[in-house]
Amino acid sequence: MYKLFLRSLISALFLLGFSLNANAEFKVGFVYVGPTGDHGWTYQHDEGRKAVEAAGIKTTYVESVPEGADAERVIRQLAQSGHDLIFTTSFGYMDPTNKVAKDFPNVKFEHATGYKREHSNVATYSARFYEGRTLLGHMAGKMTKTNTIGYIASFPIPEVIRGINAMTLAAQKVNPDIKTKIVWVFTWYDPGKESEAAQALIDQGADIIMQHTDSTAPVQVAEKAGVWSFGQASDMQRFAPKSILTSIIDDWAPYYVERSIAARDGTWKQQDTWHGLKEGMVAMAPYNSAMGSDLVKEVEQLQKDLASGKVHSFTGPIYDQKGNILVAEGAVADDGMLAGMNVYVKGVEGDIPQ
Amino acid sequence: MSFDLNFIGILIGAIMASSVPLILAASGELITERSGVLNLGVEGMMIIGAISGFALMVVTDNLFFAVVGSMLSGLIISLIFGLLTQSLLTNHVATGLALTIFGIGMSAMIGKNFVGIPGKEFPLLFVNLKESIPFLGPVFFGHSIILYFAFGLPFLTNYFLKKTKTGLIIRAVGDSPTSASNQGINVTLVRYSCILYGGAMCGLAGAYLSLIYTPQWIENMTGGRGWIALALVVFATWSPIKVLIGALIFGGITILQLHMQAAGLRIPVQLLSALPYIMTIIVLVVISRDSRKIKLNTPTSLGQIFYKEK
Repeated sequence: MYKLFLRSLISALFLLGFSLNANAEFKVGFVYVGPTGDHGWTYQHDEGRKAVEAAGIKTTYVESVPEGADAERVIRQLAQSGHDLIFTTSFGYMDPTNKVAKDFPNVKFEHATGYKREHSNVATYSARFYEGRTLLGHMAGKMTKTNTIGYIASFPIPEVIRGINAMTLAAQKVNPDIKTKIVWVFTWYDPGKESEAAQALIDQGADIIMQHTDSTAPVQVAEKAGVWSFGQASDMQRFAPKSILTSIIDDWAPYYVERSIAARDGTWKQQDTWHGLKEGMVAMAPYNSAMGSDLVKEVEQLQKDLASGKVHSFTGPIYDQKGNILVAEGAVADDGMLAGMNVYVKGVEGDIPQ
Repeated sequence: MSFDLNFIGILIGAIMASSVPLILAASGELITERSGVLNLGVEGMMIIGAISGFALMVVTDNLFFAVVGSMLSGLIISLIFGLLTQSLLTNHVATGLALTIFGIGMSAMIGKNFVGIPGKEFPLLFVNLKESIPFLGPVFFGHSIILYFAFGLPFLTNYFLKKTKTGLIIRAVGDSPTSASNQGINVTLVRYSCILYGGAMCGLAGAYLSLIYTPQWIENMTGGRGWIALALVVFATWSPIKVLIGALIFGGITILQLHMQAAGLRIPVQLLSALPYIMTIIVLVVISRDSRKIKLNTPTSLGQIFYKEK
């Protein structure tokens, strides 16, 4: 009896070992906050995943994972099921990612838009979306007739506030009278709510609509109402062919391919990546000719200058709402300040929700 | 915030438009519940209606087919619920929840091919009247035909339940299926019909979202509206007119809080976001204080499985 037990135990262990071996193929996992069909933020991350797949690396993804307790469970599950590298693609996954990383030292983690790298197997990456916002602000300042820019914001985190500030600073530069009206919707993705917010801003006199949320609803509302809009995360031109001026495009594909190959070949190292127009992680969709060829040329020049570093989105003097100086004249904000930005610059209306 | 009359008219028009899916879905569910069936699958039926309507619009390029098709698909999916709960006598709550999960997954699967296609312009009625009459114009005109239907529906439902024989039969089935059965009423047939009607209305509510309100297909685009419709039915104590009031309050405060933000009023945003839920509950509780009336309206056999004694 005892021998039989021992024998079956040994063979079971063999089988287990064998099956583990069979699972040892290199795999990359992705965690998305929205559905891959949002045609915005998550859609672009999934395009990046497809590029990894095209490079011959096996991938899996889990979509529509809420930020919070569920996220940790999903990330843990991916780590347990033999994924070697896991990309967690929303700000709210920051703490869950670090928590799971502690328990799986052999798995590599890459967290998008966060700043915590508590363990050596966690890297962070983000794109300098604010450079795109600077271009948007320039166009908005020139194109607005009511001097009111409507901005749909998701959550009060540095990334979103940075975008609002970069846009406002650039718009003020070309049009000192502009006002930025902000509606916080407290969601990354709710087409109904986003379109209601867009409509509210238009009714309040905004003739430019931009959003830091993920669906295409705001640009469609703008198209219907006949006001200018901007696409977010991917090219949304076909949803508002007349009124969209351009879109900020996130291009994650090269980064995802590079990091996946590095992890597979054992050259992966912890790092903090923050790429922008220069590296192509932030790109702009074609500019709408409706804004006139002069303005298009101006914006194209500004885009080149931002990419080359000749112009920085946050160049002093920059004041906060109370008039305290944030960045001295001639200086530029450093990355540390940008990463932790939690105050509005002068000219933005309202308070940041706490 | 500017306060000219025409602006208020535009605001009211926007509020009405945002409450349409809630009115449609809740009115449909109300009939279902009045017959004693608790279908928690509203969200699932709505999302199926949304994708079917949008897909048919893309494929046939005909909005009439799209609208009718969305109602049919809502009806078909509610038939699954009917088969399970009425013929196989499964638990209403569990089956309804499963229906929602099924609907969301199924719609995402069908929808894969329809992502990123812009919607078609849905014709709005009396657009010139909307612009030429101040205040009343934007309130009453320039809406889609579905909106007018939705605003008539609670009154029709009320009349139907209270004044017609069929309405009486439905209420009898909901209150005491055994007595109704003893009177020779085919309880299962009545309940099937009510489930199918509820499914069709939820399908239409979904189509309103994907064809008119945000004309495109996006996964999860119903965004929890089905659950709000379900809650509305309960808070409105199964009265169709109160469903209408509740839907308008909910839509109203959702829109108003966004306007208050855009106008820069210094009220905590989180409080504003919670306001629609809080206010709707408070108002409906206040207007439904009369416990005698609540008892009168509440279908006594709600959610209970009916076994016909042979």
